[in-house]
Amino acid sequence: MPTDVERWKSEIYGNEIREHLYRFAEQGWDTIPDDERDAWFERFKWWGLYHQRNGQESYFMMRIGTPNGVLEPGQTEVVADIAKEYATGPVDNPEFGDAYVDWTTRQSIQLHWIKLEDIPEIFDKLESNGLSTQQACGDSWRNIVGNPMAGKAPEFVDALPVIHELNDRFKGNEDHSNLPRKWKVSVTGAPDGSGQGDINDLAFEPAYKEVDGEEVRGFNIRVGGGLSRNEPRLARNIDVFVRPENAADVAAGISALFREHGDRENRYNARIKFLMDEWGPDKFRETLQDDFVEFELESAGVDLREQYTYNAGGGEHGDLIGVHEQRDGKYYVGLNVLVGRMGADDTNELAQLAEKYGSGEVRISQRQNVMITDVPEEDLNALLEEDLLEHYSPDPHPFMRGSVACTGTEFCSLSIVETKNRQVRFARWLKANVDLPEGVEDFHIHLSGCTASCAQPQIADVSLRGMKTRKNGEPVEALDIGLGGGLGENPHFAEWVGQRVPVDEVPGTIKNLLASFEELCQDGETFREFIARHEEKELEELIEPEETSYEDPYMHNTKLTWYPYADEDEMDASPAPTDGDGNPIAQAED
Amino acid sequence: MSVALRILDDGAWLSVNDQRQVSVSELWRLNAPDFCSCELVDFIAEGFTEVSADGRDVAVTTYGQCIACGESGVPGKLPVGQIRHGEYTDYDRQQMVMQPIENRARR
Repeated sequence: MPTDVERWKSEIYGNEIREHLYRFAEQGWDTIPDDERDAWFERFKWWGLYHQRNGQESYFMMRIGTPNGVLEPGQTEVVADIAKEYATGPVDNPEFGDAYVDWTTRQSIQLHWIKLEDIPEIFDKLESNGLSTQQACGDSWRNIVGNPMAGKAPEFVDALPVIHELNDRFKGNEDHSNLPRKWKVSVTGAPDGSGQGDINDLAFEPAYKEVDGEEVRGFNIRVGGGLSRNEPRLARNIDVFVRPENAADVAAGISALFREHGDRENRYNARIKFLMDEWGPDKFRETLQDDFVEFELESAGVDLREQYTYNAGGGEHGDLIGVHEQRDGKYYVGLNVLVGRMGADDTNELAQLAEKYGSGEVRISQRQNVMITDVPEEDLNALLEEDLLEHYSPDPHPFMRGSVACTGTEFCSLSIVETKNRQVRFARWLKANVDLPEGVEDFHIHLSGCTASCAQPQIADVSLRGMKTRKNGEPVEALDIGLGGGLGENPHFAEWVGQRVPVDEVPGTIKNLLASFEELCQDGETFREFIARHEEKELEELIEPEETSYEDPYMHNTKLTWYPYADEDEMDASPAPTDGDGNPIAQAED
Repeated sequence: MSVALRILDDGAWLSVNDQRQVSVSELWRLNAPDFCSCELVDFIAEGFTEVSADGRDVAVTTYGQCIACGESGVPGKLPVGQIRHGEYTDYDRQQMVMQPIENRARR
């Protein structure tokens, strides 16, 4: 039997949701009929709007999809202005203030505390500047990711034209707007593995074939990657090579295959990774060829995976932070944004610097960082002297550089623990108190609030995932700890070897872990190699929780608060739901 | 009068008549000897997969973990509230000891 969500989608979904969204925006949040709220909030996701968690009713997270993380000249300022004007909540965040922008691990942008009544104005501002929230959430083609410097940094095959073609073809496309589940696509032309294709539903990876003595460059296709639900999968090679000019047609075939064969009766089994589990790559390819493409698929070409250095556990950062030369002789400067969150005023300043020193373009990476592009060599020094770069450094400490965090209980329904502010505190404490072993300059710590894995914890050196435990008999927030994850030619998911470590003991655990690594590592061994060399039992012994000078103000059950940083944080103290002016709406007595 | 029960947002919460009633990350005490060897399971709810009305109980099939021993999985359908005269009311889940519906029927 189809789920309620499928029933709602079959009634109204895709582009047509917009007229209803505007109707409710005009009439007010409280005019959404009581018995239709679940349906409308589910549908609104398709237009990038996610109803915030319990205690924050009437407020939405808004996601703006920026294909491959490219913000064209002028767009960053628009995002900053919208954040400043509309993304302010009833209470400030103690680390980030009253308005901020989140750069996400899928090269998108998230704003919070958005009121339904403001949507038409916001959409108008976004769309008149070439930005959109369309399909940023919901069951369809999500924001397409890749190496954020596509088109400017060295590439084996040009990815950006393909990304634009896919985006243009599949955004708002009625044939592909209602899929069984979300559909995450990566297209990479760079030879370094930086598109993170292995963890996407559909990945285009650079490859070549010899045809009549000529080298033809294009992409090999992998399908079925993903990290969520304690069921991480690496995308599997389906033995298909596509030329850039055929990429959209093959993508349409695979998307249609998912539309027809994905599980619509069980949302937990709906992602294509589960279909791939069931079918395997051979049947998948055969079905694709027989039923969903009208030309002969080419067998896989020679890939470049042995060249992959991005998050491969070796000596290269690969994260695009710092100053790098572009193909055209200009430069881009990658700036570290700790946990991906930047104040609205800082975002505005970023836009101004991009305009002053570069072309005005800004790009977003899958490590939640930003790049200012197109800077002439002679202007580099002046840019590097700017005040903003003191906070968002092009040469950050490894603990700052390696930190990634999801949204957490601040806004998210699924998360079990507070994340972003905590990860900021972790990074600061580690920087001040822990010396990295000699030679370790790249050390990734990813904090995800739950098994949805939005911070991609399974591909980090140290993976942190939200949990609970008891400390002195009292329930406290805790983290499971995984080790040794990463991508590269031979990607590997982290081994979960530490369970339910109270959050205030996690920095001490990392300190002890690094000390053990320094003591026990063999000549020239990287952290990832060190972890790979050890058995699970041995790794468990490396997890030595310890209280330190680190203090955690969010030990309590932040999910039971309406907002973890409010002075009066009990659920009953919430002002939500509120009207378009932010005034509480009186709730009917039961 | 029918009551709409559904699990939404990837199993994050239980909706009753379009109102969010139960969220993941709550800690529950379970009498579920089949789940782990703890006298009472100290259970964190990590995700809901199904909801059912079982008699007057509203029960959610819940994935989670005993935070005392680390055993993880689905202990069964856990009663989180009840429907009486067409109205849903929460059980006091912080104070009660839950028993999976299946175990109750078996005894």
